[in-house]
Amino acid sequence: MNGKKILSQFKKGLLTRNPVFVQLLGMCSALAVTTTVVNALGMGLSVTAVLICSNVIISLLRNIIPRQIRIASYIVIISGFVTVVEMLLEAFAPTISKSLGLFIPLIVVNCIILARAEAYASKHEVLPSAIDGLTMGVGYTVALVVLAFVRELFGSGTVLGFTVFGDWYKPASMLISPAGAFITLGCIIAVVQKFLMKKEDRDFKKEGSEGKLNG
Amino acid sequence: MVDILILMFSAILIENYIFSKFLGICPFLGVSDNPSTAVGMGFAVTFVMTISSAVTYGVYYLILEPLGVEYLETIAFILIIASLVQFIEMFLRKYIPALYSALGIYLPLITTNCAVLGAAMLSIQEGHSFIESVIYGFSSAIGFTLALVIFAGVRERMALAKPPKAFRGVPIALVAAGLIAMAFSGFLGISFN
Repeated sequence: MNGKKILSQFKKGLLTRNPVFVQLLGMCSALAVTTTVVNALGMGLSVTAVLICSNVIISLLRNIIPRQIRIASYIVIISGFVTVVEMLLEAFAPTISKSLGLFIPLIVVNCIILARAEAYASKHEVLPSAIDGLTMGVGYTVALVVLAFVRELFGSGTVLGFTVFGDWYKPASMLISPAGAFITLGCIIAVVQKFLMKKEDRDFKKEGSEGKLNG
Repeated sequence: MVDILILMFSAILIENYIFSKFLGICPFLGVSDNPSTAVGMGFAVTFVMTISSAVTYGVYYLILEPLGVEYLETIAFILIIASLVQFIEMFLRKYIPALYSALGIYLPLITTNCAVLGAAMLSIQEGHSFIESVIYGFSSAIGFTLALVIFAGVRERMALAKPPKAFRGVPIALVAAGLIAMAFSGFLGISFN
């Protein structure tokens, strides 16, 4: 695996195959924890850590785990790492652990992790699987931070807890509410779709044949 | 009795799993294309969630707590739910084939539905009694079904509309969900004290 390939994987994770904006995986946590950028970062990093670890272990064990019980085995491996992350956060970042609450243990059922285990780690070597975990995790984190940035900036007028707008700004607190989460995410996905459609058009013209978005 | 009714009411409407707690969004977006699949999925979730609330309660207070290994909660609960779903599937196929053919295809999807695991963990967190946690699981699932069915109706209408190209598909569905969530937030003002 050379540098160029890693770069293209990062591009996939960040944009063209972004887990949240394009693949629509892990929506529950994406909607729930993005009221502040700090929460989004905490959640994103936790998921990334779990994703890398589980991808590595599953890739190591891919020839040992029998096919019939693979999903159950993956879930056990993933929930082991989730418990580790949960306990680490509780010990070293109690405030984040408190505000993320239920959504930390719910990483177990986050579809991104199971999807990467099934689609990638169970078929590839250790190093590519780790890189895949990293790129997808970073893509997830970036998506969460973008969503949280918009919601925090306009919903409470702050970013990372610092006030951005002056006193004249009256926060649109609707964006912090659950309804705001759905609407903001919808709009962001629309922007991403628009961008990808343009790119597809370009690729289409360049190649003069079918678009190749289904990679 | 009044407590139980309040618990049910708030689990169904005020703290609706989809519109205020964000649990179970994946199946919510996945199977809400038409009302009949939404009802099927809703019933399957209700069935599993009620039973799993009872079983996880028992496992937590009879096994995990006496042994002092509460931190294994996540692993234990997900294993219980996964095997329970398998077991229910086998049981229904053998003894109630009519129900199996109605719910069968939705059952495997439920293992990774965060609403089921979420309900079990929230019940423990809130310190519900056995009866309360079963009722909590059941009524949360009813709230989930309600959200799914309402949204399926909206989506069916939406299929006829023509939004801008970039908004087609999921984005417009999310915006519509946001509008319904806004309506649901009206229930927040209700207090029972």
